[in-house]
Amino acid sequence: MINIPQNLKYTKTHEWVKIDGNRAKIGITDFAQHEITDIVHVELPEMYRQVKKSQSVSVIESVKSAFDIYTPLSGKIIGVNNAVLENPEIVNQSPYENGYLFLIEFIDTKELDDLLDVDDYKKLI
Amino acid sequence: MEKLLNELPSSDIPAYNIKSDVGIDVKIPESLRRNLALGLPSIAESDLLRHFTNLSRENYALSTGFYPLGSCTMKYNPLINERISKNEAFTLIHPYQPIESVQGTLEIMYEFGRDLCELTGMDYFSLQQAAGAHGEFAGLLMIAEYFKSVNQVRTKIIVPDSAHGTNPSSAFFAGFDIVHLESEVDGSISPRKLKEILTKEVAAIMLTVPNTLGVFEKSILEISKIVHENGSLLYYDGANLNALMGIVRPGDMGFDIMHINLHKTFAAPHGGGGPGSGPVGVKAFLEPFLPIPRIEKNKYSEFVLNYKKSESIGRLKAFFGNFLIILRSYIYIKALGAEGLKNVSERAVLNANYMLARFKNRINVPAGDRCMHEFVLSLKLLLKNNIRTLDVSKRLLDYGFYAPTIYFPLIVEEAMMIEPTETESKEMLDDFIDVLIKIIFEEAVLEPQKLNEAPINMNIKRLNEVEAARKPILRWK
Repeated sequence: MINIPQNLKYTKTHEWVKIDGNRAKIGITDFAQHEITDIVHVELPEMYRQVKKSQSVSVIESVKSAFDIYTPLSGKIIGVNNAVLENPEIVNQSPYENGYLFLIEFIDTKELDDLLDVDDYKKLI
Repeated sequence: MEKLLNELPSSDIPAYNIKSDVGIDVKIPESLRRNLALGLPSIAESDLLRHFTNLSRENYALSTGFYPLGSCTMKYNPLINERISKNEAFTLIHPYQPIESVQGTLEIMYEFGRDLCELTGMDYFSLQQAAGAHGEFAGLLMIAEYFKSVNQVRTKIIVPDSAHGTNPSSAFFAGFDIVHLESEVDGSISPRKLKEILTKEVAAIMLTVPNTLGVFEKSILEISKIVHENGSLLYYDGANLNALMGIVRPGDMGFDIMHINLHKTFAAPHGGGGPGSGPVGVKAFLEPFLPIPRIEKNKYSEFVLNYKKSESIGRLKAFFGNFLIILRSYIYIKALGAEGLKNVSERAVLNANYMLARFKNRINVPAGDRCMHEFVLSLKLLLKNNIRTLDVSKRLLDYGFYAPTIYFPLIVEEAMMIEPTETESKEMLDDFIDVLIKIIFEEAVLEPQKLNEAPINMNIKRLNEVEAARKPILRWK
C-alpha cells in the first residue's frame, strides 16, 4: 500500500513538498522509493546554493539505476539531510520523515500553484 | 571455489631451483642486504598450472556459450583477427619510429577510414578515440567548435530517454546542458514532441538508430529535416550500426556526425579483452574540427601525419589510436567484404526476429512484433508471483546461459533485452528460448522460491547487490 500523506504537496516527478512559511522541505514519495528500489547512494545539493525550479539538484542511486531529483521551487538551499549520505536506506524506510532530502527558502510563491495536491498525485500514479 | 594463490599449500621446498652464478656486489653495505628468504609463495609447478587452468574454467565467454547480452553486442571475434594482429610486424612497431618506416600501418588506418566512410555515408573519420564514449565526447567537442566558428551560441543537446547513459554524460562533459526528450512506447521519437523543445539554443540531437528497443526510427527523414531547419546538427550513436550494414547509411539519413564502437559492429574484442576504439565520422563541413594528427596521403602517394589544422579540437589521445584493435576490425571488413557485411546485419536481424516470434503472444513486448537486431521483453506479468526480471536472469545461469541485459532501457518496466548476434544457430536459439519459457511459465508458477534463490547450481550463490553497494569490501583480507 503506497502512503500519500494529506498534508503534503507533490510533483509530477515524484517529489513531495512540505511548506512552512517561506521554507519548504523536499523529499521523494513512497511511490518513488518503491519504484527506485533499494537505494545505495544519495548526492545532496550544496548548502546555500541558488537553484531554479525544475533543475536537477540531487541524485539517488539504486542497484537498478541513477535518478535525478528536481527542485520544484526556486530559491536557496538552507538545509540538507546528511544522515542519508551515511545510511541511504533511510530514504526507503522513512521517505516522508527521516529520509527527507533538503530544505529550501523559496522566492516565488507563484510556483506553489504548479504543485499537485494528494488527489492529483494519486491520479498520476 | 578455487583458492587464491597465497592460500594454496606452500612448503619450504622451492617449486623450482635456479642456480645463480651472480655474485653479490661487494659495494652493497651490509645494512642494506637481505638476509632472509624472499617470501615468495612456494608452489609446485603442477599445482600452479592447475590453479590457473581452474580459474580460466570459471570464466564464461563466447567461446564457452551463448551470450545474448542486449545492447552490448557480444559478437564473435574471429580467431584469424587475433592471429594476424599478433604478428610481430604489427606488435613490434613503435609510434616514435620514423614515418617512412610505418607506411604500411598508416595505409591500413587510412584505408580503414575510407571503408568506414563507404559503409556509413560520412566523408571523414578519425580513429584516435580509445572507446565509444570517447568518440561521443570528441563528436560533441566538435559540435561546440563548429558553432563557435559560425558565431552561434548553442548550449543544449537533446537526448531521448531511451538513449544510452553515455549520451547525456558525454554531452555534459563537453559543456552542454541536457534536454530530455520523452520517447514513444516503442522507443521512437515523435517529430511533434521534438519540435516543441527544439529551440535556437539546441546544438544537436543525439539519436541511436535502430533505437535501444531494437526499432528503426521510421520518421528519421522528417526528424532530420526539422533539426536542420532549426540550424541544429544530428548526431548518430553507432551502438546499433551492426543492424544496418549494407542496408542503409547514417550519412544518407541526414546525420552530420557519428561514432562507431568497433567491438560492437566490427568484431574487435569486447571490454576486458583489450583496449577499445571509437572512430568518429563527420560530413565534410565538420572535417576541420577532427582531432589531430590527421592521416593524409600526399601527391607522391606517401602517408603523412598532418598536425596543421588550426580549427581542430586538438589531440585526444597519445599517438594515433589503439592500432591493434583497429587492425582487427580492418581484417574483419576485408575478410567479409561488402556482401559479407550486409549478410552479417541481415542474419543478426533474422536471428532476433526468430526469437521474438517465438515469444510473441506469450510475453509482453512493448515495441511490437518486429525488431531489428535486438528486442526488449517486459516481464512485469511475473510481479504478481513476486518474481522479478532479476530472478529470471539469475535462474538462466543455472541452465548454463549468460543472462541477457536487464532493467535497460529504463522506459520498459522489468525489462529483459536480448541480442543473439549473427553467428548463433537456430538450435542454440531454440535451446535458450525453451529454457526461458520454462522458467517464466512453469518454474515461476510452480516453484517461485527457486527463482528467488537462484542461482542454485553455481559456485557462487545469489549475491546481495544492495549490501555490496552500501558496504563494499574493496580488498582481500
